[in-house]
Amino acid sequence: MCGATKGGLSLDGIDVAKEAIIQGQVLRGGEGGEPVGNAYVRLLDRTGEFTAEVPTSASGHFRFFAGDGEWTLRTLAPKADPVDVRIAARTGVVAEAVVAI
Amino acid sequence: MSRESALVTAQWVEDNLDTPNVVLVEVDEDTAAYDKGHIKGAIKLDWTTDLQDQVRRDFVNAEQFGELLSAKGVSNDDTVVLYGGNNNWFAAYAYWYFKLYGHDDVKLLDGGRKKWELDSRELVSDEVTRERTSYTAKPANNDIRAFRDETVEAIGVKNLVDVRSPDEYAGRLMAPAHLPQEQAQRAGHIPTAANVPWSKAANDDGTFKSDEELKEIYTEAGVDWDKDTIAYCRIGERSSHTWFVLHELLGQENVKNYDGSWTEYGSLVGVPVTLGDERGEA
Repeated sequence: MCGATKGGLSLDGIDVAKEAIIQGQVLRGGEGGEPVGNAYVRLLDRTGEFTAEVPTSASGHFRFFAGDGEWTLRTLAPKADPVDVRIAARTGVVAEAVVAI
Repeated sequence: MSRESALVTAQWVEDNLDTPNVVLVEVDEDTAAYDKGHIKGAIKLDWTTDLQDQVRRDFVNAEQFGELLSAKGVSNDDTVVLYGGNNNWFAAYAYWYFKLYGHDDVKLLDGGRKKWELDSRELVSDEVTRERTSYTAKPANNDIRAFRDETVEAIGVKNLVDVRSPDEYAGRLMAPAHLPQEQAQRAGHIPTAANVPWSKAANDDGTFKSDEELKEIYTEAGVDWDKDTIAYCRIGERSSHTWFVLHELLGQENVKNYDGSWTEYGSLVGVPVTLGDERGEA
């Protein structure tokens, strides 16, 4: 379907036009690496303040319903240092991120 | 209360997995998390079914709570150790709930499920059954629970602490950013409420900050330690976390959790609402 991600979380039932979605996958070693299913991804706002946190799925995926603007994804995982990734969100757009730990 | 009596470390839990009369209880926002793996011996409470009346918007009553814990195999004199995901939001909610119904010895695992996982400690998927008990809940202690009228009367009088994220406080978001965006009828916050996001009280790994750091955070945000306090969020779970910090860790008296929170207040007809980052006037 339109807007579906390759092997990612399903967008079925979500009105993508109304949401500013940030989603992605945590991979040990980055692109092509092993998905990290027991990581925690925190969404920090433009001031660095915590907004939300989700555990990754078994396939390392995560998703947030954010608002328009700049955000930071802070990822914590066992036996890894925290990693920050900056990302912009806009209503009607699905912003994708790959987090390498 | 104090940090020593209200909190235990992950190591303490690991050392007490087989201690009689220590009952581990997992409470998650994602009620399926327990089934995928839990700390050995832990039982599960489902906040959506076990802890809520299934018809009205309210808690289960004392008799129902007593029956729930009896069926789960919890005794009145057990040490109940609560933990869960989302930095213990719902575990803190359950902690407050156990206190509301008068359980004497209840503690939170500092950092909750996240800290346990980040430490690479063991989770198991075994089914846990405990022998039925005869638990008697005390009458609800509403000294720690605020209702809507009391909250409206507290505007400009008591400390109101809105523990949601700054964007929810200002009315730019209606709910936490990992949940879909339909909630109360109106966005914003209760006039005069200070915004101290619950997350300021926690380290990244979910453990609580030190008493000194916590005291400074709330003092800087304008909390008057000589006044009574009402904490609220969206549905009362994140504000349980803050209630725990103020009442249990810092020993502040007269702190209440308003569990109706923004989903109730933001749908009331005729009450004042402030939009934006400023506190607003009484």
